[in-house]
Amino acid sequence: MSSQHLTTPVPSMVPISFKVNGVQQQLNVDTRTTLLDALREHLHLTGTKKGCDHGQCGACTVMVNGRRINACLTLAVMQQDAEITTIEGLGNPDELHPLQAAFIKHDGYQCGYCTPGQICSSMAVLEEIKAGIPSHVTHDLVSAPNVTADEIRERMSGNICRCGAYSNILAAIEEYAEGLES
Amino acid sequence: MKAFTYQRVKTPAEAATSAQQHTNAKFIAGGTNLLDLMKLEIETPAHLIDVNGLELDKIEATADGGLRIGALVRNTDLAADARIRRDYGVLSRALVAGASGQLRNQATTAGNLLQRTRCPYFYDTNQPCNKRLPGSGCAALDGFSRQHAVVGTSQACIATHPSDMAVAMRLLDAVIETVSPDGRERKIPIAEFYRAPGNTPHLETVLTPGELIVAVSLPAPLGGTHIYRKVRDRASYAFALVSVAAIIQPDKSGRVALGGVAHQPWRLAEADNALIQGAQAVSDRLFATAQPTAENEFKIILAQRTLASVLAEARG
Repeated sequence: MSSQHLTTPVPSMVPISFKVNGVQQQLNVDTRTTLLDALREHLHLTGTKKGCDHGQCGACTVMVNGRRINACLTLAVMQQDAEITTIEGLGNPDELHPLQAAFIKHDGYQCGYCTPGQICSSMAVLEEIKAGIPSHVTHDLVSAPNVTADEIRERMSGNICRCGAYSNILAAIEEYAEGLES
Repeated sequence: MKAFTYQRVKTPAEAATSAQQHTNAKFIAGGTNLLDLMKLEIETPAHLIDVNGLELDKIEATADGGLRIGALVRNTDLAADARIRRDYGVLSRALVAGASGQLRNQATTAGNLLQRTRCPYFYDTNQPCNKRLPGSGCAALDGFSRQHAVVGTSQACIATHPSDMAVAMRLLDAVIETVSPDGRERKIPIAEFYRAPGNTPHLETVLTPGELIVAVSLPAPLGGTHIYRKVRDRASYAFALVSVAAIIQPDKSGRVALGGVAHQPWRLAEADNALIQGAQAVSDRLFATAQPTAENEFKIILAQRTLASVLAEARG
């Protein structure tokens, strides 16, 4: 092995600023820092969870500029000027978001670890259906998709619940969606 | 993850120049595949060039009646575009059959084409893999190969290309537009874009170092019935065992491309020409040179049956 392989490159630090839950934040981060680690380790917003750290489980789902993404698969430095919403931006124990209340009512969790990601993802799923974005189970590509159980299940497939609370998660999302329509 | 320097660029020329100036540089757009591989130190770039500021996020009509898709158009936006849904349904269907909503929101058109394989031996740095470490061998040949390629393979590599979108792009004869550090622009038909694994499975495309994809163009719409059928171990969010992209005309002629069976989207002119004769004839031609393993020979039968199902659906 050449000595080149034994040399550890020097970490590169970069300033970054973005808005999280409406609050402007300025950080100086190692370029390797994911958005997820910036939220949890730098800003101490630990509602967003690290499950697999490889985009497979969805526990780190947050909204960036209005769209849900896996915070583990983007670098903090790539989010300059972004507007980020985490579970802390949706509600808190004293003022629950109606979707959070629906998760509690329907027992949409057991251990709760995946729940912040499930809730952020559900919010975005309903927006995506409203925006007419098709899914794998949308029958007719040229018509607008509807809020159905099949559509919700398919669109939530990037959020894994190891406890298997899926049927109750679906019930919570359906109740919240009905509330939006009425 | 290895440390790296990071740079945002504003123009394709600036991106290409930066790639030339830095050794071991990589472009990053969505990052959903690259970052994953960087965490595992399978990819170890010393310099990342963030191309998200290049404004290559438009879908525009072309003079010949087709569409020019900017390299940075996100998978969600491409699948949801009204023109794609109406005239290129197979592409929209392929996109929403892949990954998850979160990933599709980040993943780009160019990045999707350049996805690395999901072969578990490529991901496991304790195993030999000619794609990850050229010359080290292939652990899949005598390993667990149920997911692997059955045709177009080599003794050095039996990995599959994981993309659904690329299968539809291959079916549609998409053209990949690039710029190189020396300013040269070229248009690469997708049929010539991917390399066969041969003895160099680490070289996956014909792109040269620093060459940047700026757009993917689609020819004018073909009409016909568009179908993308993906067979996988779960109902959603899983890579294909076999997928079939097809455009079938009322006279039963058409074209077909397969995913999950080869190192690249798999389409052969002689198979297209056999469509009128039915699924068996098409399958015989697609797999005439197949060299499956004992664990994945079922894919050939699965592909034939999936083709039969697709052709039946197209007949209505």
